[in-house]
This record gives sequence, C-alpha cells and structure tokens, in this order.
Amino acid sequence: MKSLDRKLFRDLWHMRGQVLAIAAVIMGGVATMVMSLSTYDSLVTTRDRFYSEYRFAEVFASLKRAPETLAERLAALPGVERLETRVRAGVKLEVEGFDDPITGLLLSLPDVGEARLNGLYIKRGRTVQPWSTDEVVLSDTFADAHGFQPGGTLAAIINGKRKKLTVVGVAVSPEYVYQIAPGAMFPDFKRYGVLWMGRHALAAAYDMEGAFNQVSLTLARDAHEQDVIDRVDVVLATYGGTGAYGRKNQFSNRFLTEELKQLQTMATIFPAIFLGVAAFLLNVVLSRLIALQREQIAILKAFGYSYVAIGAHFVKLVLLMTVLGVAAGVALGAWFGQGLSNVYTETTFRFPCLDYGLNAGVIVVAFGVSALAAVSGTLVSVMRAARLRPAEGMRPEMPEAYRATLIERIGLQRWFAAPTRMILRHIERRPLKSLLTVLGIACACGLMMVGNYQKGAIDFMVDVQFRQASREDLALAFIEPTSGRALHELAALPGVDFVEGFRDVPAILRFGHYHHRAAVFGIQPQGQLHRSLDSKLQPVALQPGGVVLTDHLATNILHVKPGDMLTVEVLEGSRPVRQVPVLGITRQYLGVSAYMQQDSLNALMREGSTVSGAYLAVQPGSEAELYAKLHKRPRVLGMVANAAAIQSFYATIGEFILFYTLVSTLLAGAIGFGVVYNSARITLSERGRELASLRVLGFTRGEIAYILLGELALLTLAAIPIGFLVGVGLVGILVVAFQSELYRLPLVLTPENYAMGASVVIVSALLSGLLLWLRLGRLDLVAVLKTRE
Amino acid sequence: MTTDNTHAAIFVAHGLTKVYRMGEVEVHALRGIDLTLNRGELVVLLGPSGSGKSTLLNILGGLDAPTGGEVRYLDHMLTGASESELTLFRREHVGFVFQFYNLIPSLTARENVAAVTEISTSPMHPEDALGLVGLGNRLDHFPAQLSGGEQQRVAIARAVAKNPAVLLCDEPTGALDSATGVVVLEVLEKVNRELGTLTVLITHNAGIADMADRVIRLSDGQIAEIRANPAKKAARELSW
Repeated sequence: MKSLDRKLFRDLWHMRGQVLAIAAVIMGGVATMVMSLSTYDSLVTTRDRFYSEYRFAEVFASLKRAPETLAERLAALPGVERLETRVRAGVKLEVEGFDDPITGLLLSLPDVGEARLNGLYIKRGRTVQPWSTDEVVLSDTFADAHGFQPGGTLAAIINGKRKKLTVVGVAVSPEYVYQIAPGAMFPDFKRYGVLWMGRHALAAAYDMEGAFNQVSLTLARDAHEQDVIDRVDVVLATYGGTGAYGRKNQFSNRFLTEELKQLQTMATIFPAIFLGVAAFLLNVVLSRLIALQREQIAILKAFGYSYVAIGAHFVKLVLLMTVLGVAAGVALGAWFGQGLSNVYTETTFRFPCLDYGLNAGVIVVAFGVSALAAVSGTLVSVMRAARLRPAEGMRPEMPEAYRATLIERIGLQRWFAAPTRMILRHIERRPLKSLLTVLGIACACGLMMVGNYQKGAIDFMVDVQFRQASREDLALAFIEPTSGRALHELAALPGVDFVEGFRDVPAILRFGHYHHRAAVFGIQPQGQLHRSLDSKLQPVALQPGGVVLTDHLATNILHVKPGDMLTVEVLEGSRPVRQVPVLGITRQYLGVSAYMQQDSLNALMREGSTVSGAYLAVQPGSEAELYAKLHKRPRVLGMVANAAAIQSFYATIGEFILFYTLVSTLLAGAIGFGVVYNSARITLSERGRELASLRVLGFTRGEIAYILLGELALLTLAAIPIGFLVGVGLVGILVVAFQSELYRLPLVLTPENYAMGASVVIVSALLSGLLLWLRLGRLDLVAVLKTRE
Repeated sequence: MTTDNTHAAIFVAHGLTKVYRMGEVEVHALRGIDLTLNRGELVVLLGPSGSGKSTLLNILGGLDAPTGGEVRYLDHMLTGASESELTLFRREHVGFVFQFYNLIPSLTARENVAAVTEISTSPMHPEDALGLVGLGNRLDHFPAQLSGGEQQRVAIARAVAKNPAVLLCDEPTGALDSATGVVVLEVLEKVNRELGTLTVLITHNAGIADMADRVIRLSDGQIAEIRANPAKKAARELSW
C-alpha cells in the first residue's frame, strides 16, 4: 500500500465520528430511494407477471342480459382474440357471528375446465367441482378477514333467495387485485367480498340460464382497442349494455395503476428530495472538512505531489465515505423495501406472491448521485487549497479579516461581552458558510415535516369527506333505479332519523377532446347528509339545470370552467347524450364525481322522481336492528356504513402510514443529526486553537463552550423557522406531484408536524452539543501554544 | 534594577519530574528540578529543543502537572490542584505570551485585551494596557490589520492587563525578525520594570539572555546552570 493510501485510512479512522455522520446522511437519502424504487419495480414486475400468467382480459362489458348465442357474434367481431361470457350477480352475504351488512359479487366459473380469461390463482383448497351446485371459491381478502378455510360455510342472498354455500378454495384474481365495493371510498375486506361459483349453479339461482350479463375479451394483435369497444357497444346496445371499457377503466386495474403511479411519484419525488438534500449537505460538510486540510495539502505539494495526485487522494477519501453510506443505504433500503412491499401486498394489493427484486440500476444511480455531490464538494475545496504556493500554505494562516457586525455598528455593542461579539462576528464573517449551515439544518427540519405529513393530511381528508361532505351513517344502493316513494318506506324504519335519496348514473363526460368516465350523482340541493363543498370547504347549495364538478376533474382532467357546456353521455337506460352547463366546482379530496340536483338528473334521464339509493342518518344504538331489517329487503342491494368504512380504512392504511412515517422519521433523523453534528464538529476543528488559547488565558470550559455552542444554538434557532418554510415547500411539491383521480392530498400541516420538524433539529443540536462539550474537556492546551493548526 | 534575595519567592519548585509516555517509550522531560523564582525578576530560560524548558513553563503556568515533586505559587500548592483550580489560577495570576500570538481574529486589539480583563478581578483598562505596549493608536484594529510585531504586542498587553504576578513568555520573538523582536522585548522589559511582574522568558537564542536578571540553562531535563547577570543589557542593545 502506498503511504498516501495508508494516510487515507488513518485519516478516516481519525475522523470516524464525522465519517459516520456523513455516511448517515448519505444512507438516509439512498435508503429512501432504494426503498421506494425497489418497491415500485417489484410491484410492477409482480403485476405484469400475474396479468400475463392468469390471462387478464383487455376489454370488459356489462349488460342486462343476452342469450349465450350472442357470444359467437361477439367473438367473431374483428379485433377480438379470445372471449368469455360470464354471469355476475351482486349479492348480500351472511357470515355467522358477523352482524354488519356484507355485500358481495358472485362471478361464474366455467362448469368444465379452467376460465379462458381472468384465471384464478388458488391459494388454498381447490377450485369448484364441475357442475357443483353450492361450492364457492372466496377472494383471499374476504376469506382472511373472516378466517374462512376450505370447508367453511356462508350464505348468499341471490335475487332475494337465500342460498347456503360451501367454501372449497381461497383465490386471488388479476381482476380483483384491489377490491373495493362499488361506491365505497376505501377497501373494506370484512364487508365486501368477491366469490366465484360454477356457471350452471349461479345461472340457476340468478335466472340467467342460457344467458350472460358480462363479457371479457382479449384483443388480437394490431387491433385498436377503441374500435373493438365501439363494435362491442353496438352489438350490446339492445341488450342493456352499459358501455364496454378497456383495462384502463377496469376498476381494480385503474386503482392499481393509480397507486403505482403514486408510488412511482413517491419513488421519484421523495428520494429526489432526500437525496438532493443529503447531497447538498454532503457537499457543504465535505468542502469544510477538506478546507481544514489546507496545511496537509501544502506539504504534499511541497513534496512534489501533483495536483492530480492530491485531488485523487481526497476524492478517494470522500468516495470511501460515500461507499460506506451507499452500502448502508442500499442494505437498509432493500430491507425497508421488502417491508414496504409486504405491507402493500398485505393491506392493499393481492398477488399470488411478490417478486421482490432490487434493480442494479437503482444502486448505480444512488451511488452516482451521492458520489457526484461528494466529489464536487471536495474538489472545490481541494482546488482552493492547492492554488496556494506550498510555503504559503505551511505558514500560519493570516488572521482572518473580521469587522464589527451590523448590530455593533448601529451601536448595540455595549450590550455584548467579548464572547458574544465573537459569535456574532464569526457568523457575519462567513455569511455564506453560516447560510449554508442554516440551510442544511433547515432541510433536515423540512424533511422531518415531509416524513410526518401524511398522517395529518389523511386525518384532514377523512374529516372533510365524512364529517362535512358525506355525513350519512349509511349509504344504500337499490338493485335498480326505484321510485322516490321508496324513501318514505325507509324513513319509516325504526332507528332511521333522516333519509336523503340520490340518483347516480354512469356516464362519459366530454369537453373538447378531453373525456372521462365518471358517475353523475343527483343529490338534494339543500342536502343535510350529502353536501357539496366550495373551495373554502363550506357547503354550497346546488343550482338546478347544470353540473358541479370535483375540482380535480374540472381543472386537471376535463379542463372546463364554470359556464362551459359539458357533453354528458349517459351509459344507462336509453343512454341519452346531453349538453349540460358547468355551474360550479366543488372541493373534494377523494375520488372525482359530477353532481347535479336529483330533479335535474331525473329530467336529463327523462324519468320521473327516481332514486338509485339513499343516504341515511341512523340513531346510535339502533344499527344492528336496522341492518337486519334492510338485509331482508330484496330491493336493497348494498350498504356502506361510514363509521365502519373509516375504521377499516384506518386499519388498512394505518400499518402503511405507521411504517412509512417510522422509516421517514428515522431517515430524516439520521440526516438531521448528521448535518448538525458535522457543522458543530467542523466549527470546533476550525476554532479549536482559538478556544484552547482562551482556556490557557484562564477561560473556563463553560465560557468557551458558550462561544462554540452559542454559535451552534444561534444557527439552529435561525434554521427552525426557515426549516418550516422548507417543509411547507417540500410538502407543496408532494401535494402537486401526488394529485390523482383517487385522491388529492390537502396542504395541511398540523402543529405536530412543525413540532416534529423542530424537535429533530433541537434534539440533534443538544446531542451534538453534548458530544462537543465532552470534546472541549479534552482540548490540548499545551499543543496549541506550539503548533499553528 | 537589581535582584536580591529579599524579594519574596513567587514560585518554589522541588524535585520536579515529568515523564511523558509516548506509546511504548518514556520521555523524561524533567529530571528533578529545584528552583525559586522571585517577585520582579526577569528570568531567561535557555536551552536547546527538548531540554524541558517548555515543560517547566507549562507546569509553572498551570497548564500541565508534574509527574513527581511539587511546585508552590506563593501559598498555593499547584501540585495536585484540580482542573478548575488551575483555571482560576491562570485566570487571576498568570499572563501568557505565545510564539504565535494566539489572538482571537474576530476581536479587535482592544477587545482581545478586554476578553481577559472582563474575567479578571482587578484589571487595568484595556486602553492603558495597549498604551503600555505602544499601541494606543491601534485600539480598534483587528488582528488581520496588524503586523506580526504589533500582534505580539497586543498579546503582551492582553497578558499584562489583568495585573498578573507572573508573565510567562514562550519564544515570544520566535516568529519575528530581529528588529521587530527587539521592539517586543523592549515592551517586556518595560512591563517588568514598571509593573514589577515576574517575567519568565523562554528562548533558545543566547543573545536574549543578556537582558535577564538571571539565566537558567536547561539541558536534558535538568538545570545545567543558574547564572546571575549583573551586567544586564537593555533590550535595545541586543542583537542576534
């Protein structure tokens, strides 16, 4: 080993505290990136494999009823490769020992042989026997939520008739990777399930013998999806088709795609923020660290080492630190990534198994970014030091030029003793360095706020959605649109305080060349339960004759503003197409919808007072009895209880948020401590001689600690408010980047967020202060008299 | 000015030894020093590198503790004193002048002196101390605006401003050219004469010894010679 390399390792060992702190900063940035990107990659790989191996269809269509013979006509359409018809039935389920309403979706499986499309991955048990009459396969989420094993039983109310079912298997389907009840905001695995049973048995129970009401198909090569959809729609129009749609609009796939898009955003934005901040800090810390090596650089030059050799030496030094940080970050990130992927597949997405894999490219990028930041910071300082003539470098550095600070120049100096003046002048002497230190600490504070932001935002979203917009206790859907008179019956049920009917129709909304498939809700203009909110989250009364759109739908998807005319193509009944003015915009954080007055929607549909379902306010304590009564009504299909939905939402995402918050807190904490400690430690190196001289002159440890720690304290305090601004800015970036059809995060920061941001900085500063205090006790007073630096 | 034994002893040292352990090697920096230093004396400690003069000065100044023997300052026993007692001792009684001045770059000349007077019990005015070293017109200059000789004179002003009983100078002219060095020595001489401060001056420059009342020559950790210097020269007459 060359002696210069030996020096390298000794220097590293000598600076081990700082080396570890710098590595911690890199680790924080890299781990975030590796975690997010590897999770994203793994989920995408897993999804793609699942879709292709289990023959996920490409176009789907639902209809009222068509004879099975129509299948041949559909299969013969140009562009159709493979096609399968099915019977699907919305059902109510009864599980022993569980009183809340459960809705389910029953899908038919071919009586003989495997499904040609949308195959099932059987996790436990087996698929249904040919021609069996009561066997079902359960979706694993529902089975797991209720602890169903093969051999268990449950009952379904199909078309008003109760049927006992035997569970023979538990399965996962590419069609239901993400399971959510129609109309619900969040998945609720206990109260919604997907079941599969033999075609013959289901058709018999649902009056669909020799007929089908759902069709899926794959596209031939080179076929254009929209053309096929149009052809299918033409064929199904007379059979009550509600419009064919591609994978893009398939419910589970759409959610999965949106979630993955979010994750990808997170995997880009979060690490970019973390790694960017870490790189910045690395740059600042290293440039100061190398500046301290001035004399060594001069000596090496005096020995005859070239610029390149000296530069290479220090680059090697920082690269070793970088490698250490990157290695730790990759290891930690991969570990977190596996954890995060597991949380995803356990709480949100169901796959047969997860292919977790770490892409080598991720590691290369992580190392590249860190190394670039480290090396650039280093080279600037090395070059500055190497520009000196060797003799100059070895001579004691001229006392740095100081001057009286602004505060003193305006005549306040008599208030400050010499140590305080030293602090102020030192800060003002190097405004850029002080500013960078402040910014570094502020970034750590901001990161911490970002890491903790999601929980507060979600609480806020839930509050707006369920306590201000959708205030009903129970939303129920009828099997088909029903006369408004049905509401009177509901209102008369015991325990019902208040009923509000609603009408919803699926539609394609068009404006110019923008279009979007969404539900149009007809609600009550002065609704007490379901209300539309303005931009200040105040309820506003709906005006007759037009639509009010969710802000995201209007602004970012359809690009319409109040006053524009929107084309509404209804996909139900006689499928009218109408021009409707946009009356206003409503703020909504979850989902996107269009709202009209119910009467206006009824008029648009050319129907009398008709409702699709109702919102109910229920007296506390009477839920169980009411559920039982509603359950027995054949026309009531599904029920979503808000309280249960919120609860299940928190149970589902709680784990996810907890995991994510814990990880970001940990990483932001590591970065925060790394910065604060390094800043303090370098300040000590820069001023050790000065402080030791003061000790010799009779200053106590406490008095010199005041000079050193006073500066740190001042910079830390200055950094906190700036850190709040950084935090708000970073969260702002996140909010914009995370806008999606599923949800938009509100820009709300709770006092808790601010407190967390400030406390990471304060705790880091206190800890660093303590370490410095211990170091001040070991200052070599004798050495300072002889040596220069 | 003459020195005689009627002056009170400021420092009395008996059998001082100092052993440094540098890895596996023991370095005997002091091997049994007996010494008395009196009020008002100007003493020059002479010796080559490694003779132990700095170690002796550091022990006298309360910066280091001997391995064996004892040293007394007036009626205080320095041997065995705690860290905070030594800090207090330095703060109240000792003025230091270093080879590389060790001024605080962020403080002006006046403030460098004030930094010390602010923590002492009966100091001079910083302006008076700077006047004493001939820098009454450079009060508000920062170290970066002063020449090396001027910086060292600020350091001397800082050392004497607290009215210390003893002034310890470790190679005060070591970093200066001879003309500037003479100016600094003149200041030390003036302080010694006008304030009666015991002044101990380390040098390896034998020429400087001519301005001393007594010259103590150290060699290999022991006192090789103590020589009174009745034909004391003024600093301005020195040259090297």
